[in-house]
Amino acid sequence: MNLSFTRHTLANGLDVLLHEDHDCPIVAINVWYHVGSKNERPGHTGFAHLFEHLMFEGSAHHDHGYFQPLQGAGASLNGSTNSDRTNYWEVVPTAALELGLWMESDRMGYLLPALTEAKFSNQRAVVLNERRQNYENRPYGLSAMAIVAALFPPDHPYHWTTIGDVADLNAVRLEEVHAFFARYYHPANASLTLAGDIDSDHALALVRAYFEEIPAGEKVAPVRAAASLDRDVRILLEDRVELPRLYMAWLSAAMFAEGDADLDLAADVLANGKTSRLYRRLVFEERIATDVSASQNSREIGGYLQLAATASPGHTLGELERVILEEIGRLGTDGPTDDEIERGRVQAEAQFVFRLQTVGGFGGKSDQLNAYNVFLGDPAYFDRDLQRYYSVTNRSLQQATRRYFDPARRVTLSIVPKDRMELAAPDSVPEVVS
Amino acid sequence: MRIERLVTIDRSRLPEPGPSGPASFPAIEKSTLPNGLTVWTVRHAQVPVVAFSLLIRRGASSDPLGKHGLAAMTADMLDEGSGDRSAIEIHEAIARLGTQLETDIGADGIVAGFTVLSRFADRALALLADVVVRPAIRGEDVVRVRQLRLHRLTQLRDVPSVIADRAFLSLIYGDHPYGHSAIGTELSLATMSVDDVRAFHELAIRPSVATLIAVGDCDHAGIHRLALDAFGSWHGVAADGEPANPALPQPPRLSIVPRASAPQSELRIGHVAVARNTPDYHALVTANMVLGGQFSSRINLNLREDKGFTYGARTAFEFRRRPGPFVLQVGVQTSATAQSIAESIGEISAMVSTRPITTDELRLAAASLTRGYARNFETADQIARAATQLALYDLPDTYFAEFVPRVEQLTTDEVTGAVARHLDAARLTTVVVGDYDAVGADLARLGLGEPVILSPETF
Repeated sequence: MNLSFTRHTLANGLDVLLHEDHDCPIVAINVWYHVGSKNERPGHTGFAHLFEHLMFEGSAHHDHGYFQPLQGAGASLNGSTNSDRTNYWEVVPTAALELGLWMESDRMGYLLPALTEAKFSNQRAVVLNERRQNYENRPYGLSAMAIVAALFPPDHPYHWTTIGDVADLNAVRLEEVHAFFARYYHPANASLTLAGDIDSDHALALVRAYFEEIPAGEKVAPVRAAASLDRDVRILLEDRVELPRLYMAWLSAAMFAEGDADLDLAADVLANGKTSRLYRRLVFEERIATDVSASQNSREIGGYLQLAATASPGHTLGELERVILEEIGRLGTDGPTDDEIERGRVQAEAQFVFRLQTVGGFGGKSDQLNAYNVFLGDPAYFDRDLQRYYSVTNRSLQQATRRYFDPARRVTLSIVPKDRMELAAPDSVPEVVS
Repeated sequence: MRIERLVTIDRSRLPEPGPSGPASFPAIEKSTLPNGLTVWTVRHAQVPVVAFSLLIRRGASSDPLGKHGLAAMTADMLDEGSGDRSAIEIHEAIARLGTQLETDIGADGIVAGFTVLSRFADRALALLADVVVRPAIRGEDVVRVRQLRLHRLTQLRDVPSVIADRAFLSLIYGDHPYGHSAIGTELSLATMSVDDVRAFHELAIRPSVATLIAVGDCDHAGIHRLALDAFGSWHGVAADGEPANPALPQPPRLSIVPRASAPQSELRIGHVAVARNTPDYHALVTANMVLGGQFSSRINLNLREDKGFTYGARTAFEFRRRPGPFVLQVGVQTSATAQSIAESIGEISAMVSTRPITTDELRLAAASLTRGYARNFETADQIARAATQLALYDLPDTYFAEFVPRVEQLTTDEVTGAVARHLDAARLTTVVVGDYDAVGADLARLGLGEPVILSPETF
């Protein structure tokens, strides 16, 4: 199972990956800029994501909305920002490939002349509404902010979430937009993948014509930062919720690092799906929780494990915590069963094959090639990525569980209904997040 | 070495894409088992997977009065044990196939299915039959699952978008079978028994209203043979699922569900509109692209890109077997609540009065629906979902092939006429979930009457 592709690096440093797949008359255009919220500084958070919005507001030679010409050509399109990268994609009919490249290259090369104060303040207002909708006005919506703020020290770039602080967003000035663009949005910090119904030679000629004229920027130095926890940080938030929810989080392996795949599978064994150990105990047997889930959040310069469980009415988060720690301890002591390992591998294989079904969008083949290229410099990593999961053994999963799920070094966050602090895990300290 | 430019570019204008090639929907092979179950397959072997989907043409609108939530509860019980296998044994059997069972419950149908690696196709189909045809539906499992659904309902009481959807449906449909959400209410769930679930399975989950759809790396004869083994013992004819339509209520024009100090107001604006089988279907889908169906539509450009009041606004005709709702969905900052309602109603009303759809807008809307049509059928899942639509709404196999030419032929008169027939600004109902203290006075000045305050317990 692998993805055939060719790689070309233009004189200005832009990486170009081409993958031919003629099954469907469409082409995925996918651009990654190696910049995310981890390139921000304290006091200037939320900027990478706000900037992503500005990329859809027009550029020098097409100073109108980005969506209209592409939607009118039958494209679907979107973009997203996370801590480590920002991606943009269009899936266009074969005949609209050149239009897509025109548009992507124009905003890579000529965004700033079209960027006005009015567009900027409009999109800041939109982002503040995105924040209200997805964080402030959503039950448990502030959990991610509280968790990363407690896990990572204030000067660590994972200390904040991509949406940013309201005060920081309100303080951003247009000059900062210009500096940010110059530093991060240039060919040498980007990777462009075309996947789908293309002729590689012709596609490359088009890419050269549209992108090679964009000046090379300066290479961006990797961000470095370290985090460690020396205790169990126990905090609580009151929220407009009916049922209290317990979150536990641990610092863990970075993306693709040793232990990352083990922890992915450990999270599944513990808490994902109706076969997981914690679903069985908390939800199925003891019925003290209504749901449970876990994830290994792998990121470029570090990762964190997160486990969440919502208490059934009449039960406290302390009860949940006790059972969760017991089950983590048991996995660390006895390791997983053969059946659990086998299920984990089959699920990993299925997820990899499912991703091969589509050329575009988030997580499709074009996005995957760019991910491997940007994070590893190796777009051919697909097979080895899957191999990481096949290589997980009972013993390696057990060891990773012992090493990373350390009960003495974690964040324990209780989110409880207003005025119901007694439902929180014991010894939790109220926190304010907004 | 100098790199030769093979292509000349012109940044003074956007390249005009050539015509898109015809989008082809793959052929559906069909057969019927002696028990009435129809079997549809589509070969799509690019990737070694098979997507299975079993459609039951009975959904939440078949919930008996007083038993709202029964269809969804029954769907939820399917994988909680089968034959003499326990719930956990069934969960493990599914997990060993590297997948999980998805059950989707709509007003008109239930869909249960999964996508698997093709080497598991035989086992997957047998397992799908086990859960759909022979669910154990044990008393203790019903009690457990019902409790989980009650807890879920409790949690949904805090989700503004869900509160808004529930209030809106209840206001515009009242006691009509479309007037409740699939999960039901605390009251209806509290009395739901194992006998109710078994009875619903007996009455509704029957081969006479079922279609098995398999798409991917598979062939029809093989799937038919496997289906015969797995589903052969399934019998019975479903009870009539389409009770008479009670009269629709006349809802207040403006209602609010108070949510103290909410930073945003969640809005729903709309009315009962039109059924899936309307001859105006293509015209309405296209008109909706102009109004609120995509990013570059009027309402989103107004509320988001011009005013910055929201993260995004969308409208949809929700087509169903019987007339479904037209609805605008948007969350807006609290301070802009009344103005957003006025702007939204203004945009809807303008389409049938002062600003009818222009030729350019029609061209853009039609192009955005047709030029990229092929991408809707890229994966086995997408094709299975598309085929499910054909089965659910009794559409002909030629439906997808005809879609593009039908939309391309629309004229502005046709789309404007369709909008005028099915959208009525005077009938719009507006629901706000938001901070009453902050927005109440502004709402009263909208000219929609004094806002009716709704308590969440009433819907």
